[in-house]
Amino acid sequence: MEHIVIIGNGISGVTAARHIRKLSDKKITIISTETDYFFSRTALMYVYMGHMKFEHTQPYENWFWKKNRIELKKGYVKSIETKNKTLHFAEGDTLQYDKLIIATGSKPNKFGWPGQDLDGVMGMYHKQDLDNLEKYAPNNKVCKRAVIVGGGLIGIELAEMLNSRNIPVTFLVREASFWNGVLPKGESEMINRHIKNHHIDLRLSTNLKEIVSDEHGKVKSIIIQETGEEIACDVVGLTAGVSPNINFIKDSSIETGKGVKVNRYLETNIPDVYAIGDCAEQHEGINGRRPIEAIWYTGRMMGETLAQTICGNRMQYNPGHWFNSAKFLDIEYQTYGWVFSKPKENEVHFHWKHEDNTKCITVCYNKNTNEFLGINTFGIRMRHETFDTWLTEKRDVDYVMNNLPEANFDPEFYSHYEADILSAYNQKLQIV
Amino acid sequence: MSLAKPDAVDITNKQKVALATGIVGLFILTLALFNTDFPNKGLFLTLALGLISIGTVIYSREAYLTKLEGIKNDGVWFKSISSRGIWGWIVGIILTSFYIVLYFFPKYLGLGTNGAENTGLISLFDPLSKLLSGRPASQWFVYGTLYTLAILAFGYKFILKYRHNRYQQIRTVSVMFFQLGFAFLIPEFMYVMNNDLPYYDLKSMWPLNYYIFDEWSVNGFLSNGNVGLALILFGIITIFVISPILTYKFGKRWYCSWVCGCGGLAETIGDPFRQLSSKKMSAWKLERWLIHTVLVFSVVMTTAMVYTYLGYDKNDFWLTRGLFIALVIGFLTLVFACVMFFKRKELGKDAKYGAIGFFMVIAVLLIMHFTGTTNHVFYIKGNALRSAYGLYIGSIFSGVIGTGFYPILGSRSWCRFGCPMAAILGFQQRLFSKFRITTNGGQCISCGNCSNSCEMGIDVRHYAQKGENIVRSSCVGCGICSAVCPRGVLKLENDGMEGRINPTEILLGNDVDLMDLVNKK
Repeated sequence: MEHIVIIGNGISGVTAARHIRKLSDKKITIISTETDYFFSRTALMYVYMGHMKFEHTQPYENWFWKKNRIELKKGYVKSIETKNKTLHFAEGDTLQYDKLIIATGSKPNKFGWPGQDLDGVMGMYHKQDLDNLEKYAPNNKVCKRAVIVGGGLIGIELAEMLNSRNIPVTFLVREASFWNGVLPKGESEMINRHIKNHHIDLRLSTNLKEIVSDEHGKVKSIIIQETGEEIACDVVGLTAGVSPNINFIKDSSIETGKGVKVNRYLETNIPDVYAIGDCAEQHEGINGRRPIEAIWYTGRMMGETLAQTICGNRMQYNPGHWFNSAKFLDIEYQTYGWVFSKPKENEVHFHWKHEDNTKCITVCYNKNTNEFLGINTFGIRMRHETFDTWLTEKRDVDYVMNNLPEANFDPEFYSHYEADILSAYNQKLQIV
Repeated sequence: MSLAKPDAVDITNKQKVALATGIVGLFILTLALFNTDFPNKGLFLTLALGLISIGTVIYSREAYLTKLEGIKNDGVWFKSISSRGIWGWIVGIILTSFYIVLYFFPKYLGLGTNGAENTGLISLFDPLSKLLSGRPASQWFVYGTLYTLAILAFGYKFILKYRHNRYQQIRTVSVMFFQLGFAFLIPEFMYVMNNDLPYYDLKSMWPLNYYIFDEWSVNGFLSNGNVGLALILFGIITIFVISPILTYKFGKRWYCSWVCGCGGLAETIGDPFRQLSSKKMSAWKLERWLIHTVLVFSVVMTTAMVYTYLGYDKNDFWLTRGLFIALVIGFLTLVFACVMFFKRKELGKDAKYGAIGFFMVIAVLLIMHFTGTTNHVFYIKGNALRSAYGLYIGSIFSGVIGTGFYPILGSRSWCRFGCPMAAILGFQQRLFSKFRITTNGGQCISCGNCSNSCEMGIDVRHYAQKGENIVRSSCVGCGICSAVCPRGVLKLENDGMEGRINPTEILLGNDVDLMDLVNKK
């Protein structure tokens, strides 16, 4: 019986395993050093905030794996010997595979800041980071202030987490406005205001110079690059993005760049070795996507696709229209299609913001053809299926704006803003 | 992970004062319970209920209005009371004891028997009862008052907690209205107008209201002319006409989380305990067996009970025993035939269990008809079944366990495992209703907030992460899963029956060919 070995028990690896099991009777082993069972990384924040317990982040009950004959092995893969298809573990044992799937995900970026490995300095990605945070920031008596470095999705989640335990937060963001490499100006500025409304000390255009140690090797303070100001703190969160977690592969014959290089079939340069999820790097981005996509659902989709290939139906990874979502403290964000922070050539943005400062949308379209290209929506839920259909049908922007109510996904009895949005849109057209 | 639970965040000084205020109110009630004879009962009752209300109101305002609008679940798994900690157990034990005394030993609450005056806690409520209906209080009046107060005060808290969510607010105002008006005030006023009428909470339907077809109840209605007749007809129409129509259009939520008193309590004072319901597959299996067993029990019990008293006067009433049994069997057969004809496929292997259940009930009814006598069905006294049902289901299951165990089993264990009304509405919701919770394409990140907050123990994430709509008989449509979802994935909707259940293994956002390929299998 063919033995499929998957390194990594995150969403990519687990999805691949589940679908291989659906399609075949192959022997499947999942290896992880992080946790015994699959859990949802995106939910770690809710454990710290007390909304959930860790066991609630596990989408499958513990009996699921045995019932579906998916073997789980806890261990750290030290190296891969592709010639004789053998994995070597840090614990000293080995494992033979017939086909290998690398799904090791990401690790938090560290940019060589002085003091970045001190006690009390952490990312917010792994289960171990959560344990660490619980140790160094259990409450606002042990942790009198925390500094977060890096204004992205994980940074703002970490800020929300610490806020839930009344721990004062200073949030250092390199950019002039929060996440403005991705979000258009109006949206980014609205989130700036929302962060400040939560009493988070947001410092824009601010870089970290160094992290200062106390006499026990624990963080004592940080120093800001621009002003030299020293801020006393007990925890430093490093949330300046993530990169593929592939150090253990570097010595093998598997080709790597930033991530594990794969073709459209998710195959590496070595036969019978595949890579999926955050750690996989496409030779070139697909349909405007980046070569490495550290996103929950792309990991899931790669797992689904690869399961087909491994079970005899060789298939390209072919993601559909871009979409994503996030939550910034109390404001939900969804995006469908492409809306870049600044309009590209021939693109125009239409921006509408509600006066209460918690809702806005940005619609992007082609100014020559009027083709609708994408939408960002804050504080208003919208229907994925509707936008997916409109993007496929290449609807023009007028059609989308006039049919926006059809895409609304807010709970019943919520106020609707489509009429408002449409009249703002029509007015804007008249001015232009 | 550290061994100890993190500390819950401290409450503010204002909240401490509010808490103390409420406790003083409860303390007055406790003093009354231990037979303190207050001089001016009206004053002390007002004081007790007033302090409890004011305490809750101030506490809630401080908890929610000092913060921005949004989801307020910080620390629910840290607080002792809402995470089966020591306070959870203490409150659970106090509540359970209260229910046991209430149902089985009302004299300890001070109920005067054989015409004697009330004492203790019940006597404290005499002034209010006399004000409303002119009669002294009973243990049920005390219970009803406290129950209503809990729904109103904690309903207010819930509305503040979800002040960004109109669905939650309107729904809560609805349960507060139905509790105060229909369950509490109207029955008292009906008594004032006609004191021969049995207590009747108009919104409470059979089989939840299992005593509506009791002999004393039916006689009470029928001996009161047109009003009584109209009331019992209304009871029958709600079961056979109004409820099916509303459930078809809106799902069972129109009743369970908008109208019902048990649901009202669960959604208000029970809200802090919603996350305690078990999401295990084994709990779901137990639920399906248990709730349908109770349903069968209640159908057989009610039929047997009506059957026995129909036998007394053969001639003066058109409804004879034979006709009655024929009607019941005919109705059950009609329902069964319709389900098998239209929905055989959706039921899958459950159809077998359904069929076995159906034929067993029919067999039991026939045996009853051919072996029963005036006083005996199944060779036991006719009302023995009724007493057993009242004791084990009506009192112990729905009261002692259902509410007393809030801090242990979560707020809806009665609704989930026991309520025969919920079983009927759920059966219809699963098969003949426009209601579903729609999953928003591929946006789910499997975080589990939805499952965690489901009071009915539905593993919502199991469906959401596959892009499947949630069409489950137990869903009461409270809408909290949708509220807590950080990615805007869930929406409660009434829409066409077509495509309501959509098993998709591959989610939206994928290659279209791949979706087709996998879904074809």
